[in-house]
Amino acid sequence: MMLPGFPDAAPLEGFAGGVLIGLAAALMLLGLGRIAGVSGIAGRAFAINSSSLPKSSAWAFLVGLPVGALLIGFSAGIERPEFASWPVILAAGIIVGFGTRMGSGCTSGHGVCGLSRLSQRSIVATLTFIATGVATVFVMGALA
Amino acid sequence: MSARILVPAASGILFGAGLALGGMTNPARVRGFLDVFGDWDPTLAFVMGGAVLVMAIAWRFIPKMAHPLFASGFSLPERSDLTPHLLIGAGLFGIGWGLAGLCPGPGFAILLVAPAEALVFVAALLSGMVLHRVAFDR
Repeated sequence: MMLPGFPDAAPLEGFAGGVLIGLAAALMLLGLGRIAGVSGIAGRAFAINSSSLPKSSAWAFLVGLPVGALLIGFSAGIERPEFASWPVILAAGIIVGFGTRMGSGCTSGHGVCGLSRLSQRSIVATLTFIATGVATVFVMGALA
Repeated sequence: MSARILVPAASGILFGAGLALGGMTNPARVRGFLDVFGDWDPTLAFVMGGAVLVMAIAWRFIPKMAHPLFASGFSLPERSDLTPHLLIGAGLFGIGWGLAGLCPGPGFAILLVAPAEALVFVAALLSGMVLHRVAFDR
Protein backbone atom coordinates (compact mmCIF):
# COMPACT_ATOMS: atom_id res chain seq x y z
CA MET A 1 0.00 0.00 0.00
CA MET A 2 1.23 3.46 -0.84
CA LEU A 3 0.64 6.54 1.23
CA PRO A 4 -0.47 9.47 -0.96
CA GLY A 5 2.32 12.06 -1.10
CA PHE A 6 4.90 9.69 0.42
CA PRO A 7 5.89 7.14 -2.24
CA ASP A 8 8.75 5.69 -0.16
CA ALA A 9 6.71 5.18 3.03
CA ALA A 10 5.70 1.67 4.08
CA PRO A 11 2.67 2.30 6.31
CA LEU A 12 1.29 -1.26 6.35
CA GLU A 13 4.64 -2.96 6.98
CA GLY A 14 5.39 -0.27 9.55
CA PHE A 15 2.13 -0.77 11.41
CA ALA A 16 2.46 -4.59 11.29
CA GLY A 17 6.02 -4.32 12.59
CA GLY A 18 4.84 -1.97 15.31
CA VAL A 19 2.15 -4.45 16.38
CA LEU A 20 4.84 -7.17 16.70
CA ILE A 21 6.96 -4.82 18.82
CA GLY A 22 3.92 -4.06 20.98
CA LEU A 23 3.24 -7.78 21.40
CA ALA A 24 6.89 -8.32 22.37
CA ALA A 25 6.63 -5.63 25.05
CA ALA A 26 3.24 -6.99 26.21
CA LEU A 27 4.77 -10.47 26.54
CA MET A 28 7.55 -9.14 28.82
CA LEU A 29 4.93 -7.40 30.95
CA LEU A 30 2.62 -10.42 31.06
CA GLY A 31 5.33 -13.03 31.65
CA LEU A 32 7.89 -11.29 33.84
CA GLY A 33 6.13 -8.04 34.84
CA ARG A 34 8.81 -5.90 33.26
CA ILE A 35 9.44 -3.18 30.67
CA ALA A 36 10.99 -4.24 27.36
CA GLY A 37 13.53 -1.41 27.30
CA VAL A 38 16.44 -2.44 25.11
CA SER A 39 19.05 -0.04 26.55
CA GLY A 40 18.29 -1.11 30.13
CA ILE A 41 18.31 -4.80 29.21
CA ALA A 42 21.61 -4.40 27.30
CA GLY A 43 23.16 -2.57 30.25
CA ARG A 44 22.05 -5.39 32.53
CA ALA A 45 23.40 -8.12 30.19
CA PHE A 46 26.85 -6.48 30.14
CA ALA A 47 26.76 -5.67 33.88
CA ILE A 48 26.94 -1.92 33.21
CA ASN A 49 23.85 -1.03 35.22
CA SER A 50 22.31 -2.90 38.11
CA SER A 51 18.84 -4.38 37.86
CA SER A 52 16.84 -7.14 39.51
CA LEU A 53 16.34 -8.67 36.06
CA PRO A 54 18.28 -11.96 35.95
CA LYS A 55 21.33 -11.68 33.71
CA SER A 56 20.24 -14.82 31.84
CA SER A 57 16.88 -13.20 31.00
CA ALA A 58 18.65 -10.09 29.70
CA TRP A 59 20.87 -12.21 27.45
CA ALA A 60 17.91 -14.28 26.20
CA PHE A 61 16.15 -11.07 25.09
CA LEU A 62 19.27 -9.62 23.44
CA VAL A 63 20.02 -12.83 21.52
CA GLY A 64 16.39 -12.94 20.38
CA LEU A 65 16.63 -9.55 18.62
CA PRO A 66 18.96 -10.56 15.73
CA VAL A 67 17.23 -13.95 15.47
CA GLY A 68 13.86 -12.25 14.95
CA ALA A 69 15.29 -9.88 12.35
CA LEU A 70 16.91 -12.81 10.52
CA LEU A 71 13.57 -14.70 10.48
CA ILE A 72 11.99 -11.73 8.70
CA GLY A 73 14.98 -11.71 6.33
CA PHE A 74 14.23 -15.33 5.42
CA SER A 75 10.46 -14.82 5.07
CA ALA A 76 8.99 -11.39 4.30
CA GLY A 77 12.41 -10.01 3.40
CA ILE A 78 14.42 -7.29 5.09
CA GLU A 79 15.33 -3.91 3.61
CA ARG A 80 19.01 -3.54 2.81
CA PRO A 81 20.28 -1.18 5.51
CA GLU A 82 21.83 2.09 4.32
CA PHE A 83 24.40 3.22 6.87
CA ALA A 84 26.14 6.45 7.73
CA SER A 85 29.95 6.53 7.49
CA TRP A 86 32.08 4.54 9.96
CA PRO A 87 33.18 7.53 12.08
CA VAL A 88 29.56 8.68 12.32
CA ILE A 89 28.36 5.19 13.40
CA LEU A 90 31.09 5.13 16.06
CA ALA A 91 30.42 8.63 17.40
CA ALA A 92 26.64 8.15 17.30
CA GLY A 93 26.94 4.87 19.22
CA ILE A 94 28.86 6.51 22.04
CA ILE A 95 26.39 9.43 22.25
CA VAL A 96 23.38 7.08 22.12
CA GLY A 97 24.86 4.86 24.85
CA PHE A 98 25.67 7.78 27.15
CA GLY A 99 22.31 9.45 26.45
CA THR A 100 20.19 6.37 27.08
CA ARG A 101 21.77 5.82 30.50
CA MET A 102 21.52 9.50 31.40
CA GLY A 103 17.93 9.71 30.16
CA SER A 104 16.95 6.32 31.69
CA GLY A 105 15.79 4.79 28.43
CA CYS A 106 15.60 4.80 24.66
CA THR A 107 13.02 4.46 21.90
CA SER A 108 11.67 1.18 23.28
CA GLY A 109 11.49 1.98 27.00
CA HIS A 110 10.32 5.59 26.71
CA GLY A 111 8.87 5.64 23.18
CA VAL A 112 6.86 2.41 23.33
CA CYS A 113 6.44 1.23 26.93
CA GLY A 114 6.37 4.61 28.67
CA LEU A 115 4.40 6.58 26.09
CA SER A 116 1.64 3.92 26.00
CA ARG A 117 1.42 4.14 29.81
CA LEU A 118 1.21 7.96 29.64
CA SER A 119 4.30 8.25 31.85
CA GLN A 120 5.13 11.93 32.22
CA ARG A 121 8.88 11.24 32.09
CA SER A 122 8.56 9.13 28.94
CA ILE A 123 6.35 11.66 27.12
CA VAL A 124 8.88 14.41 27.83
CA ALA A 125 11.85 12.17 26.93
CA THR A 126 10.25 11.03 23.66
CA LEU A 127 9.37 14.57 22.56
CA THR A 128 12.90 15.66 23.49
CA PHE A 129 14.75 12.96 21.56
CA ILE A 130 12.54 13.36 18.50
CA ALA A 131 13.18 17.14 18.61
CA THR A 132 16.97 16.82 18.89
CA GLY A 133 16.93 14.04 16.28
CA VAL A 134 15.04 16.28 13.85
CA ALA A 135 17.43 19.16 14.57
CA THR A 136 20.46 16.88 14.03
CA VAL A 137 19.23 15.59 10.67
CA PHE A 138 18.39 19.18 9.63
CA VAL A 139 21.85 20.50 10.54
CA MET A 140 23.59 17.55 8.85
CA GLY A 141 21.53 18.17 5.72
CA ALA A 142 22.43 21.87 5.77
CA LEU A 143 26.14 21.06 6.18
CA ALA A 144 26.20 18.38 3.47
CA MET B 1 14.35 -24.23 29.94
CA SER B 2 12.60 -22.00 32.36
CA ALA B 3 10.15 -19.20 31.70
CA ARG B 4 12.73 -16.64 32.75
CA ILE B 5 14.68 -17.61 29.61
CA LEU B 6 11.83 -18.51 27.26
CA VAL B 7 9.71 -15.39 27.88
CA PRO B 8 12.48 -12.84 27.18
CA ALA B 9 13.78 -14.95 24.27
CA ALA B 10 10.33 -15.01 22.64
CA SER B 11 9.92 -11.29 23.38
CA GLY B 12 13.32 -10.50 21.84
CA ILE B 13 12.51 -12.54 18.71
CA LEU B 14 9.14 -10.79 18.28
CA PHE B 15 10.79 -7.43 18.90
CA GLY B 16 13.56 -8.04 16.36
CA ALA B 17 11.04 -9.34 13.82
CA GLY B 18 8.88 -6.24 14.31
CA LEU B 19 11.83 -3.90 13.84
CA ALA B 20 12.86 -5.68 10.63
CA LEU B 21 9.32 -5.91 9.22
CA GLY B 22 8.69 -2.23 9.97
CA GLY B 23 11.88 -1.18 8.18
CA MET B 24 13.47 0.10 11.40
CA THR B 25 16.61 -1.99 10.82
CA ASN B 26 17.34 0.39 7.92
CA PRO B 27 18.95 3.57 9.31
CA ALA B 28 17.85 5.47 6.19
CA ARG B 29 14.19 5.00 7.25
CA VAL B 30 14.84 6.36 10.74
CA ARG B 31 16.74 9.36 9.40
CA GLY B 32 13.96 9.82 6.83
CA PHE B 33 11.42 10.08 9.67
CA LEU B 34 13.53 12.72 11.40
CA ASP B 35 13.95 14.63 8.12
CA VAL B 36 10.69 16.56 8.57
CA PHE B 37 12.05 19.66 6.79
CA GLY B 38 13.27 17.58 3.83
CA ASP B 39 12.16 14.28 2.29
CA TRP B 40 9.98 13.09 5.19
CA ASP B 41 9.30 9.35 5.55
CA PRO B 42 6.42 8.79 8.02
CA THR B 43 6.94 5.00 8.31
CA LEU B 44 8.37 5.19 11.85
CA ALA B 45 5.18 6.93 13.01
CA PHE B 46 3.18 3.85 11.90
CA VAL B 47 5.63 1.55 13.71
CA MET B 48 5.37 3.56 16.92
CA GLY B 49 1.58 3.82 16.48
CA GLY B 50 1.17 0.05 16.17
CA ALA B 51 3.43 -0.65 19.13
CA VAL B 52 1.84 2.00 21.37
CA LEU B 53 -1.67 0.80 20.46
CA VAL B 54 -0.94 -2.79 21.53
CA MET B 55 0.87 -1.68 24.68
CA ALA B 56 -1.88 0.78 25.64
CA ILE B 57 -4.28 -2.19 25.68
CA ALA B 58 -1.74 -4.31 27.61
CA TRP B 59 -1.34 -1.60 30.27
CA ARG B 60 -5.12 -1.55 30.83
CA PHE B 61 -5.33 -5.21 31.78
CA ILE B 62 -2.01 -6.83 32.68
CA PRO B 63 -1.06 -4.72 35.74
CA LYS B 64 -4.45 -5.60 37.29
CA MET B 65 -3.30 -9.22 37.62
CA ALA B 66 -2.21 -10.33 41.10
CA HIS B 67 1.22 -11.06 39.64
CA PRO B 68 2.80 -11.69 36.22
CA LEU B 69 2.55 -15.26 34.90
CA PHE B 70 6.11 -16.22 35.79
CA ALA B 71 7.18 -13.74 38.50
CA SER B 72 6.04 -12.97 42.02
CA GLY B 73 5.42 -9.28 41.28
CA PHE B 74 5.70 -6.43 38.79
CA SER B 75 9.02 -4.53 38.56
CA LEU B 76 8.02 -1.31 36.83
CA PRO B 77 9.49 2.21 36.79
CA GLU B 78 7.44 4.41 39.12
CA ARG B 79 9.29 7.72 38.88
CA SER B 80 7.42 10.74 37.56
CA ASP B 81 9.87 13.57 38.31
CA LEU B 82 11.22 15.60 35.40
CA THR B 83 14.93 16.20 35.99
CA PRO B 84 17.67 17.97 34.00
CA HIS B 85 19.33 14.56 33.81
CA LEU B 86 16.33 13.11 31.95
CA LEU B 87 16.10 16.05 29.54
CA ILE B 88 19.83 16.25 28.76
CA GLY B 89 20.08 12.46 28.42
CA ALA B 90 17.09 12.23 26.07
CA GLY B 91 18.43 15.22 24.11
CA LEU B 92 21.83 13.57 23.68
CA PHE B 93 20.21 10.29 22.72
CA GLY B 94 18.24 12.08 19.97
CA ILE B 95 21.43 13.64 18.58
CA GLY B 96 23.11 10.23 18.27
CA TRP B 97 19.90 8.72 16.90
CA GLY B 98 19.73 11.40 14.19
CA LEU B 99 23.44 11.12 13.34
CA ALA B 100 23.44 7.42 12.46
CA GLY B 101 19.74 6.51 12.31
CA LEU B 102 20.37 3.78 14.86
CA CYS B 103 19.15 3.19 18.41
CA PRO B 104 19.86 0.24 20.71
CA GLY B 105 17.10 -2.13 19.46
CA PRO B 106 17.97 -1.98 15.75
CA GLY B 107 21.70 -1.99 16.64
CA PHE B 108 21.36 -5.46 18.18
CA ALA B 109 18.73 -6.61 15.65
CA ILE B 110 21.07 -6.17 12.65
CA LEU B 111 23.94 -8.14 14.23
CA LEU B 112 23.32 -11.06 11.83
CA VAL B 113 22.22 -8.93 8.85
CA ALA B 114 25.05 -6.37 8.80
CA PRO B 115 27.54 -7.68 11.40
CA ALA B 116 30.37 -5.20 10.80
CA GLU B 117 28.33 -2.01 11.17
CA ALA B 118 26.27 -3.53 13.99
CA LEU B 119 29.35 -4.57 15.97
CA VAL B 120 30.92 -1.11 15.71
CA PHE B 121 27.65 0.53 16.79
CA VAL B 122 26.99 -1.90 19.66
CA ALA B 123 30.58 -1.63 20.94
CA ALA B 124 30.33 2.18 20.82
CA LEU B 125 26.90 2.04 22.50
CA LEU B 126 28.21 -0.06 25.38
CA SER B 127 31.27 2.23 25.69
CA GLY B 128 28.96 5.23 25.97
CA MET B 129 26.99 3.47 28.70
CA VAL B 130 30.21 2.68 30.59
CA LEU B 131 31.29 6.33 30.18
CA HIS B 132 28.05 7.45 31.81
CA ARG B 133 28.61 5.07 34.67
CA VAL B 134 32.17 6.35 35.14
CA ALA B 135 31.04 9.98 34.91
CA PHE B 136 28.14 9.68 37.33
CA ASP B 137 29.30 6.66 39.36
CA ARG B 138 26.06 4.75 39.25
